[in-house]
Amino acid sequence: MGQQFDSATFGMWVFLLTEIMFFGGMFGAYTVYRSMYPEAFAATSNFMNPAFGAANTAVLIVSSLTMALAVRAAHLGHQKVLQMMLVFTMIFGAAFLVIKGFEYHEHWEQLKVPLFASHWAWDGPLAPPQYAHQAQILFIFYFFMTGFHALHMVVGLGIMTTIFVMARRGKFGPSYYTPVEVSGLYWHFVDIVWIFLFPLLYLIGHTKQLF
Amino acid sequence: MSTALQDPQTIETPNYLNAEYGWKSWLFTTDHKRIAVLYLISISVMFALGGVFAMLIRLELLTPPGDLFTSDTYNKIFTMHGIVMIFFFLIPSIPATFGNFLVPMMIGAKDLAFPRINLLSWYIYIAGALFALAAIVMGGVDTGWTFYTPFSTTYSNTFVITAAVGVFVAGFSSILTGLNFIVTIHKMRAPGMTWGRLPLFVWANYATALIQVLGTPVVAITLALVGLERAFHIGIFDPAIGGDPILFQHMFWFYSHPAVYIMILPGMGVISELVTCFSRKGIFGYSFIAGSSLGIAIIGFLVWGHHMFVTGMSMYAGLYFSLLTMFVAVPSAIKVFNWTATMFRGSISYDTPMLYAFGFIGLFTIGGLTGLFLGTLGMDVHLTDTYFVVAHFHYVMVGGMVVAYLGAMHFWWPKITGRMYPEGWGKFSALLVFVGFNLTFFPQFILGYLGQPRRYHAYAPEFQVLNVMSSAGASVLGLGFLIPLIYFLWSLKYGKKAGNNPWGAKGLEWTTQSPPTTFNFDETPIVTEEAYAYAKHEETHVG
Amino acid sequence: MQLPLWPEAASAVATDVDHLYIYLSVVSIVMSVLIFGTIFVFAIKYRRRSPDEIPQPIHGSLRLEITWSVIPFLIMLTFFWWGAKIYFLNAVPPPNAMDVYVVAKQWMWKLQYPGGQREINELHVPVGQPVRLTLASEDVIHSFFIPALRIKHDVVPGHYDTMWFTANKPGHYHLFCAEYCGTEHSGMIGWVDIMTPADYANWLAGGASGGTMSQQGERVFEQLGCATCHLLDRQGTSPSLRGLYGSRVQLTGGQTVLADDAYIRESILNPNAKIVAGYRANSMPSYQGQISEEGILQLIVYIKSLATPNAPGAPTAALTPGAALIPGVALHPAVAQTVSALRRVNQRDGGTQ
Repeated sequence: MGQQFDSATFGMWVFLLTEIMFFGGMFGAYTVYRSMYPEAFAATSNFMNPAFGAANTAVLIVSSLTMALAVRAAHLGHQKVLQMMLVFTMIFGAAFLVIKGFEYHEHWEQLKVPLFASHWAWDGPLAPPQYAHQAQILFIFYFFMTGFHALHMVVGLGIMTTIFVMARRGKFGPSYYTPVEVSGLYWHFVDIVWIFLFPLLYLIGHTKQLF
Repeated sequence: MSTALQDPQTIETPNYLNAEYGWKSWLFTTDHKRIAVLYLISISVMFALGGVFAMLIRLELLTPPGDLFTSDTYNKIFTMHGIVMIFFFLIPSIPATFGNFLVPMMIGAKDLAFPRINLLSWYIYIAGALFALAAIVMGGVDTGWTFYTPFSTTYSNTFVITAAVGVFVAGFSSILTGLNFIVTIHKMRAPGMTWGRLPLFVWANYATALIQVLGTPVVAITLALVGLERAFHIGIFDPAIGGDPILFQHMFWFYSHPAVYIMILPGMGVISELVTCFSRKGIFGYSFIAGSSLGIAIIGFLVWGHHMFVTGMSMYAGLYFSLLTMFVAVPSAIKVFNWTATMFRGSISYDTPMLYAFGFIGLFTIGGLTGLFLGTLGMDVHLTDTYFVVAHFHYVMVGGMVVAYLGAMHFWWPKITGRMYPEGWGKFSALLVFVGFNLTFFPQFILGYLGQPRRYHAYAPEFQVLNVMSSAGASVLGLGFLIPLIYFLWSLKYGKKAGNNPWGAKGLEWTTQSPPTTFNFDETPIVTEEAYAYAKHEETHVG
Repeated sequence: MQLPLWPEAASAVATDVDHLYIYLSVVSIVMSVLIFGTIFVFAIKYRRRSPDEIPQPIHGSLRLEITWSVIPFLIMLTFFWWGAKIYFLNAVPPPNAMDVYVVAKQWMWKLQYPGGQREINELHVPVGQPVRLTLASEDVIHSFFIPALRIKHDVVPGHYDTMWFTANKPGHYHLFCAEYCGTEHSGMIGWVDIMTPADYANWLAGGASGGTMSQQGERVFEQLGCATCHLLDRQGTSPSLRGLYGSRVQLTGGQTVLADDAYIRESILNPNAKIVAGYRANSMPSYQGQISEEGILQLIVYIKSLATPNAPGAPTAALTPGAALIPGVALHPAVAQTVSALRRVNQRDGGTQ
């Protein structure tokens, strides 16, 4: 069992390493474009609403706390606490997605983001027109980075649901809690990606009043 | 030879092949050996497909004008040859077949760390292959396997997104295989199997797995961005609205250069096994060969810009990438010298696998040396994007990796199937492959220096003689690949039954029966000797 | 039956590259022969003679490992050094290089000369004269490859690429596109005619309808309304273009940039990217979509011709009377005529001489 626990957690760490490279590619490309077009970047940053971003950050940090508590409960065999903490984690995770949904809706309306195969004829209400094209590129990165992150959150919710069902069936205890531990690692990672996204996309270069 | 009499050997002993029958027992298996066989069949099919494209290319290039296919069709053919061969044959090849089959056995384990993820990775590979096949069947893709922008994002009228999805999906298969190997090698070695006693094939697959895990996600996100740009018409890499096509190249080559090391390191691991077995002698310089695999993996991430010397990058970036390219050549050279030193005062036999090992060392040396030509700045300006590059990479990928793959096939076929292949035909095909290969690709070095660009449908008339030579060689090479296919299949029914260890090789896999039982070992082995401990006498230390 | 094994070399750089190639090949052959020979000898000398012989293992040798790592690496450093030398030489054209402007598009090469000549898929140059090619793409990435000169450079859309050479052997040589660019990539080929000075002068004298590139640029300048704001005889609402080319420009925000080809191209296509100090943003419209790459190049040549010799820090594009293009080499009369013609255009626009 010990070897399986070791293997499983090690395997999850290796998987998270691949995720770092995946997001890292996007962070890298974003950084390249930001250094090429600093004024356009500042324009996009001003457009973001840090209130949404801050709320999401708070939500995710709390969800990581509840996740850590869930893992601990599994270690100790406290079944009720485990289930409760898993539920809280899922609630906060869902809250994150709901807030993101509102945010995307706002962008959709204001930026007129197109659907498939039509051209983005954005005339940037909040950015000077000469940066319109580059701002478009940076917005795309914003959508992809937060979008892939949100996708990982959705997968995380699916995993949590599975773990919750298993917990309800009494599968976990001090001698076996590997799936909880491994899911915890995944959840914390998704949280950490957001911790990097938030300052990069919302805070740096933001010059408007925050609230 | 099979006989009419029932002799004890025809009563089948239980092994992983006959443990269960029925398609469900294969498609839902978690046995790493069965999964390896599933991969073997799938990648052989993809290799055949890629080979058909190659044949069409060489047929077209018999004559200077583009008279066999339209330009668009030809462009699709070379693109699909590249995509199929690289992503659906070479990248999985040795790790997914021989790695899957042998790594657990070589470390004394019953299976990989995550058997179900292993099966999942095969299904993901099949899904990716289906997307690629869909792209081909629907009409093809014509961007070149490198998908350069803005041609791939804005100008191409072919099924770029479908093909990119296929590659993206297959990438996850590669990542999961790598992940599985890393955890397995770290956590599941038998007692006494220390890192310093691992067979070099395991070290090679470990280094490969590191590259797979770190590099593949970057090409995944790069192709995802290309697909999204194409779907949404937004210009991430489109210069018309401020995007940078060179950024695509940096991101693409950041993976695709280490990818070539994914494609060669396992082959080098095979050669270490073959040279030791067929010299009947421990490897010379074990820690240097193991270390050089890691060195290649690490330094391989630092040289991608040598594909981009003429794109207008800064001269200083050019200097850096060229210098690092010289560095990465050193570990490969170390391996070649160590293999040669292993043969010194060995006891060398000329069985087919060893012939392939000789072929690998020769052809890989030429391929690697010509890589240095390309890593040399002023030289690369002339040679890049010509047939010199085509010759170079075929020397390392076909003359290196495919030859190693064939060597592995002949070496471990008895273990995997319990049957021997016919040795005479084995030697004959090895010779055909060697002769055919050189005849196909050596003239291409000359063509490249003369200036024939790559990806050309029609070429200047004075290049014809060399092109005809190349196409003639290709038919010999094709025959050299076809004959083993036939006799391997033949051997399944009529081949001589192999014992546990027909080669007298060292290595835990040879202590099991051929074919092995489902769980490999009746009891977990306890390892007490170094790798390749052919002699139990005192080892001599030199220098 | 033609069986060429070696391309012609038409420049000193090409010959240098050939020497490097020979050096690389010789070293490679020697290394290969050493390795293959050793293996061949070992394979025979140490062949298995009885089925149960077991040789003594040899663990390794640190000395050998270091030797055969360090020595090859040092050899590779010589490759690196020689290659880098050639690369650096190729990177910066000499100041007296003559300009030719190349626009790549699927699937042809369009060349323009300062004298106004235009060609498709053919480049005419004289021997002994450094030539700087300014490369632009209208669509995808192409690559301008002249095997006989051993040079190529990718032509990437969105910015200018430059390459230069000095040819030394007259002849008719291949020109190929060397970056896959779509359907007729292998049809995007042509010829480079390297000519003796006399032949070149004859070719030049063939002239061009439409005037020199500078004259064409001047027409574009008027047609697109540039003259309205960028008055040439006095300061207006927009920066003066006299003496602009080659000077350093101060921008709002404090930094200075060099006013080179790329700066001018960007200012035409995306004027608000860099605003000159003292001027407002949003006053110049973008001409993206209204002007072709060739048109931009013509404008650049025209703006270059507006150089004033007394502009501080400006490398003069103007040519002093009788100046030899190549120090120590007297101008061929026909070439001198062309030079004088260009100077006349320069003078007409107010450059003092």
